[in-house]
Amino acid sequence: MALAVGCRARPGKSRDNKTGSWRVFKPVFDREKCTKCGLCMTLCPEGCIHETEEEFVAPDYTYCKGCGICAEECPGEGIKMILEEK
Amino acid sequence: MMEITEGSHAVAEAVRLCRPQVISAYPITPQTHIVEALAEMVANCQLDAEYITVENEFSALSACIGASAAGSRTYSATTSQGLALMFEVCFNAAGMRLPIVMSIANRALGAPLSIWNDQQDSISLRDSGWLQFYAEDNQEATDLHFLAYRVAEDHSILLPAFVCFDGFILSHTYEPIDMISQEDVDRFLPKFSPYERLDAADPISFGMYATPEYYHEFRYEMDRVLKQSKAIIQKTGKEFSRMFGRDYSAMVEGYRLEDAETAIVALGSICGTTKDAIDEMREEDKKVGLLKIRVFRPFPTEDVAKALAHVKNVAVLDKNISLGAKGALALEIKDALYSSGIPVKDYIIGLGGRDVRKKDIKAIVALVEKDQGDIFYGLRREVL
Repeated sequence: MALAVGCRARPGKSRDNKTGSWRVFKPVFDREKCTKCGLCMTLCPEGCIHETEEEFVAPDYTYCKGCGICAEECPGEGIKMILEEK
Repeated sequence: MMEITEGSHAVAEAVRLCRPQVISAYPITPQTHIVEALAEMVANCQLDAEYITVENEFSALSACIGASAAGSRTYSATTSQGLALMFEVCFNAAGMRLPIVMSIANRALGAPLSIWNDQQDSISLRDSGWLQFYAEDNQEATDLHFLAYRVAEDHSILLPAFVCFDGFILSHTYEPIDMISQEDVDRFLPKFSPYERLDAADPISFGMYATPEYYHEFRYEMDRVLKQSKAIIQKTGKEFSRMFGRDYSAMVEGYRLEDAETAIVALGSICGTTKDAIDEMREEDKKVGLLKIRVFRPFPTEDVAKALAHVKNVAVLDKNISLGAKGALALEIKDALYSSGIPVKDYIIGLGGRDVRKKDIKAIVALVEKDQGDIFYGLRREVL
């Protein structure tokens, strides 16, 4: 991608920025413990946790930075942060 | 038309003739008279511009960024602590490639508080990506505004520019000024044509974030463009001289330098005093000349090397000090002459408004000829 003068950008540019590459720890969701309370979706600063078709919630690892807020806040302790080898 | 005008008012008039559409500034000594005069022109309908009053300099330049991004020719003016408060905004304006022009009535930086002249303020922003022009007198300060807008707004450049002129020494001095007519300014400086602009119908953001994969290249691009602007400055200066007779086609200017053995290098109003001192030294058969640096960023390294290739000694006058190193101008001159072997000595002079007179210039020439330099000149040792 060629540089835009003055780093100018049209809307939607944040989608091109795959922040998942920043991650060190990866949140892994336990389907058994999930009650779909939605706290992780509400609190995720990246807004990258969504409901899936299988009536479950899951992060989009393309953008998940691995901050760990979801794991910290999950009332059922259903999210574990696992060191990710790349 | 020739008129006797205070430096600040001449600059304000030059800015009016450039037809800025948005002005945002905060008053600070010794810049105040410029923005007071412009505010009056706007209030009296002599200038059709939006004058945005703000609570400080950070906001002033931020307002200019918004206005410039929205597609307006934009102007501000400041000095010293005001410029220091704009530090972050200066880097943003340059990084967003917005051709804002700002006058700097050069003044010392505190602490200790000083309202008097040196050039520490603009020199301290040498790495920000702004072009930096320095004026020797008020005629040059006036003319450089027309030049600065033309160069800054060139679509191959798109960088903001400082026009620096020494606070009080120039800003508060009355001199005869040949003011260009509106018609002529309009011929030289066409209507502002923004490269891209904010538009609600076609949204765009300026100065977005760059990951480590891109930031390095953005800085390279700014450096490349700033260096490329040397050719545009010379071309535009040549055009100015064809139209109005005053020659700004070179970024450096020699005075009695052709056969000089000792060269003085300086920025700003001290060049005038130096020329008078040189005339007197020439009467005594001393082969002394001056190389005046009109453009400090981009730095005309090649021009300096060429202009000084034949001299035996170089004395650099610095109205600034990069504390813990040397004067900023001396560092550039030493770099330009590195492979030539010509000795270059630095003299820190006139900080915080200390007067520099012809006798001081002569004393510095005597010092450099004895190979003594890289000093604060004229230290009052009794107070140390």
